[in-house]
Amino acid sequence: MTVALELKNVTKQFGSVIAMTEVSMEVTSGSVTCVLGDNGAGKSTLIKTLSGVHKPTAGEFLMDGQPVDFDSPREAIAKGIATVYQDLATIPMMSVWRNFFLGNEITIGWGPFRMLNIKKMKALSKQQLLEMGIDLRDTDQPIGTLSGGERQAVAIARAVYFGAKVLILDEPTSALGVRQSGIVLKYVLSAKERGVAVVFITHNPHHAFLVGDRFYLLNRGKMINEFQRKNVKLDELTMAMAGGAELEALTHEISQVKGK
Amino acid sequence: MANAVKDERVQKTSPITTLLRRPEFGALMGALAIFLLFSSVDTTGNFGQPGGIAGWTDIAAPIGIVAVFVALLMIGGEFDLSTGVMVGTTGLLTGVLVTELGLDLWTSIFLVLLFAAGVGLLNGWLVVTTGLPSFIVTLATFFVLRGANLAVTKQFTGTVRVSLTEETANYDQAAALLASKIEFAGASFQISILWWIFFTILATWILTRTKFGNWIFASGGDANAARNAGVPVIRTKIILFVMTSMAAAFVGIMFVLRLKGMQAGQGVGVEFFYIIAAAVGGTLLTGGMGSAIGASLGAVIMGMAYIGIPYALWDSDWTFTFLGLILFTAVLINTFVGKRAMKGRKK
Repeated sequence: MTVALELKNVTKQFGSVIAMTEVSMEVTSGSVTCVLGDNGAGKSTLIKTLSGVHKPTAGEFLMDGQPVDFDSPREAIAKGIATVYQDLATIPMMSVWRNFFLGNEITIGWGPFRMLNIKKMKALSKQQLLEMGIDLRDTDQPIGTLSGGERQAVAIARAVYFGAKVLILDEPTSALGVRQSGIVLKYVLSAKERGVAVVFITHNPHHAFLVGDRFYLLNRGKMINEFQRKNVKLDELTMAMAGGAELEALTHEISQVKGK
Repeated sequence: MANAVKDERVQKTSPITTLLRRPEFGALMGALAIFLLFSSVDTTGNFGQPGGIAGWTDIAAPIGIVAVFVALLMIGGEFDLSTGVMVGTTGLLTGVLVTELGLDLWTSIFLVLLFAAGVGLLNGWLVVTTGLPSFIVTLATFFVLRGANLAVTKQFTGTVRVSLTEETANYDQAAALLASKIEFAGASFQISILWWIFFTILATWILTRTKFGNWIFASGGDANAARNAGVPVIRTKIILFVMTSMAAAFVGIMFVLRLKGMQAGQGVGVEFFYIIAAAVGGTLLTGGMGSAIGASLGAVIMGMAYIGIPYALWDSDWTFTFLGLILFTAVLINTFVGKRAMKGRKK
């Protein structure tokens, strides 16, 4: 397996605030790399660095072994790094096919008479979604009529179709129920099977454990731990999520027991 | 793998639901209802005849031409309150360039369109760079132009009116294209109606059949998500402001040719007609949804009210009240029906 993305001792400072300190990580193609961290651990800064929003203050950012220096998210997208944001992935009132091809519309005709090839886009989006296992009756329906999990799934399918080599998922399951999260996790796996390097950012070790191949633990802007799939158990992962996180999980469990 | 999704597909969408979901559906029903209403209370027997139709389409055409582009702008998530006064400004400017500065009529028309594009560009640029609501920015433009209309007109003519005579070189050509009448079915229709139909088709094509149209929906629907998908949101919005401003200029030029002059106060207040037409036509004020055909139907409704009220021998002082009620009812029905249809589709 090849290393698609690599961070070497990357530090990001905003004025006097150090958001990330000497973070190193490897993201390999055809695998799911999970970044676990509590609120304020530096997950957002990491995502924004990977997707070209922020430039590292120090350290190296390598893609396919070559150093890269993105000035904007568009440059990162052009290089094949696609980011699916939790709430900002799709436009609710637009149809599924319009969302799927947004920014990458297929057109026919010439010059001022160039128009959308609607038939082709409808057929292609339906087929592509089907290949990812999303079976929609009608790609003409507004995407807002789909469930949250399905919308995330369409956004993932879109990124994969448009040639994403690296797919960054920002908390894709955090706002979803159990069943919906399941849907999204399945698409994470199908993206992986297609050879995409998936970066799955979450604060939920349960979800991460279901799909992850490699786990990074981020706390207070530092990578505090790293696990491989084969030598870690779920409770170890949960425990490792630092003292505060452990306590939080415990509180969460207790409140659940009390609630029921 | 598809099992989880499959149960979302139990219900087939009926063609009626599909129809109800169209944003212009409410406006179409409204137009039919208003037509039937005024036909039934008509005292002249002329409302549904070619003569009457020529009358209310004449009112509707200049509203419709601007309203379709206002609708596009609103779908793109922005407002333009300077469109009404822009009709006046561009008409006055055409008159001043020709009569006072002695420029050729065609050159003047070209310069006026260029000026309008510039104002649209400025509106758009100010909105995207300052981040202020377009409501405020274009309200400012509205007042700036309103003052300038009066001041500049007085400066040049000493009165509040600019005139344009038939003796102006090329007047015949320009008037034939923009301000003539066409005899049809025993009535004379304004040529503006053809332009209105043309612009409605053009705007509909842009909105539903082009890449730019896709970007309009996206920019108004969720600018952030659109940007993440690679849509040039800023450029899209600025172009929309330019188009809206130029549509207003087109109508201003049409009016100055037809009326052979223009009053300094012309167009003030008309911007709301365009917004009403767009809203009645199913365009969401928050952006992301709407239709150019709907805006045109909204203009038809206004034209019918303007002609239908005097035909019914009602007190035409109440025209605005009537339009206000139409606006409220139409938007209420649009919202209600639209929501129902959306839900009907979900499960």
